[in-house]
Amino acid sequence: MGQSKAAVIRSDLDIVIARTMARDVAKVLGFGAIDQARIATAVSELARNIFLYAGTGNVTVREIEKGTRKGIEIVCEDQGPGIPNIDLVMQDGYSTSRGMGMGLPGAKRLMDEFLIRSQENVGTTITCRKWRN
Amino acid sequence: MDSLRIPILKIGDILIASIQVALHDASAVQFKDDLLQKIHDTRAKGVIIDLTALDVVDSFIGRLIADIAAMAGLMGTRVVLTGLQPAVAITLVELGLELPRVLTALNLEKGLKVMQRMTEESDDGAV
Repeated sequence: MGQSKAAVIRSDLDIVIARTMARDVAKVLGFGAIDQARIATAVSELARNIFLYAGTGNVTVREIEKGTRKGIEIVCEDQGPGIPNIDLVMQDGYSTSRGMGMGLPGAKRLMDEFLIRSQENVGTTITCRKWRN
Repeated sequence: MDSLRIPILKIGDILIASIQVALHDASAVQFKDDLLQKIHDTRAKGVIIDLTALDVVDSFIGRLIADIAAMAGLMGTRVVLTGLQPAVAITLVELGLELPRVLTALNLEKGLKVMQRMTEESDDGAV
């Protein structure tokens, strides 16, 4: 059926691999150059979050449909420490690491839909979608 | 694995670094260290970082570039960023990284002119 690809995040090199994969899928799905950049940048932020906070995790990119609309869905999963306070991490400028605190809110702004599920000491799953115009 | 090294060229008093491949985090940090050391070694008056070939600049690289400009500024060297693609400019602003304190120019040629003007001014005795 539709396009689907996955990447394992284990190092900073994998961040580049994951975002390149997402850009390639977005291109095949017919997204324009600017949306491709938005999608690749969002994946870069989310994959870096996995690398910084959980160490390892997975990024899956797939084609989605809703009625006549087509889009792309990115799922980032890890079994890391989880996010105790999601509202806090979604604030611009909040960071507990080397980041600038714009990773998650920035990624959210670049995508159309953004959902975080997280449980302390179990892991985090972030699902985000972008629809093609 | 060794991190990839970005070549830094010297032309007169100016250093030019053109980033041609996607940087992973370690190679980006290596670039920052190499560039600051080269500024010190060559006493360059200005640095041009050309990003024409990059199609993604995420918050990590954006922050690093802002850091490089601030650090070079502390050493008395100006940094001009050139060649940002439209999609990169759009995603940086949407991310919230407007790089307000980083000088920019449309392309390398214009960046060189900006740099020449600035270094001539400082040669006249102005700060």
